[in-house]
Amino acid sequence: MKFETHHKPYIFGALSGLLLTLSVAVAGQFFGTSTTFPRAASGLVQLLGVDMSQIEFYTVGNGSNTLASFPNWQLLFVIGIGVGAFISSRLSGTFKVEKLPPMWVSRFGDSTRTRVAFSLVGGSLAMIGARMAGGCPSGHGVSGVSQLGLSSLLALAMFFVGGIVTARVLYKGGAA
Amino acid sequence: MTLIFGLITGTLFGVFLQQAEAIRFERQVGAMRLVDMTIVKYMLTTIVVGSIGIYLLRDLGMVEFAPRAFSLGLQVVGGLLFGIGWAIIGYCPGTSIGALAEGRVGVIWPILGMLLGGIIFAFLYPAVQTYIAPIGAFGRLSVADLLGVSHWVVIAFLAVAAGALFRFFEKKGL
Repeated sequence: MKFETHHKPYIFGALSGLLLTLSVAVAGQFFGTSTTFPRAASGLVQLLGVDMSQIEFYTVGNGSNTLASFPNWQLLFVIGIGVGAFISSRLSGTFKVEKLPPMWVSRFGDSTRTRVAFSLVGGSLAMIGARMAGGCPSGHGVSGVSQLGLSSLLALAMFFVGGIVTARVLYKGGAA
Repeated sequence: MTLIFGLITGTLFGVFLQQAEAIRFERQVGAMRLVDMTIVKYMLTTIVVGSIGIYLLRDLGMVEFAPRAFSLGLQVVGGLLFGIGWAIIGYCPGTSIGALAEGRVGVIWPILGMLLGGIIFAFLYPAVQTYIAPIGAFGRLSVADLLGVSHWVVIAFLAVAAGALFRFFEKKGL
């Protein structure tokens, strides 16, 4: 089947909506990815020999925020995203090793140190925000808004408000 | 079996995200710079189809679900913090893994940042629960409950609004 490039987000978006429906019907699971990060991070801290097991965040829900919850559906889902993206990019010839995103380089230069500094701060903010809000663009955005959740609709709107304002500041509103 | 379903579902989702190019830094930041609406088209289409699907399942009595709990404080503060970080790193948690898998190795830094954020949040958690979570907390509320209308009315509105947005995007070449 040959279709135009600009139809792709709609076609694969619709397929993703069907996939969500199937996942809920068959496995009873909604999409979500962000909780896997604090879970994995708790394991890294453990590896360093730091005992944080008494911290409230790791004791709530019988340790559902710790490594003890692995392996679970969401971890496999996150790994799957990697597997799927790898297969798809290989088969379609779009796999490309790229150290820094070109759009980033054209604005901030190709210094790895700058990107690392921004990434650690930005990544921390994103994950703190996602866990505080109760989800990320997949958990709140896709799964939550599909359930017509008021919380998810507000969270998704705030994701974009924060993102648009910040992007405007970072890239000075100039076109690509 | 749950684990196998997770892997299969994730793999298909990864293929769809990659084919739609929704995992690219340029697409994500492009949306926030209002110059490329690829991820908005992708997300809204997923939401419209997904909402029809899951509410159909619920009306048929096949599944039960309730939206995530509403807290004005958590969703406004957390949502804005996420948005700020999202614009800086140009990836969200799920797409970062997909981006790494299609060779965009620079995404390893944002992934490390998000792991770091996961640890920081563990320390912030008690304060967040005490001071931010109670602000405007209304429980598991859906838009249909709030408006007192059928969920199909809300879904129909969502579909029409998405369609109008899509027409606008295509006309403007976004």
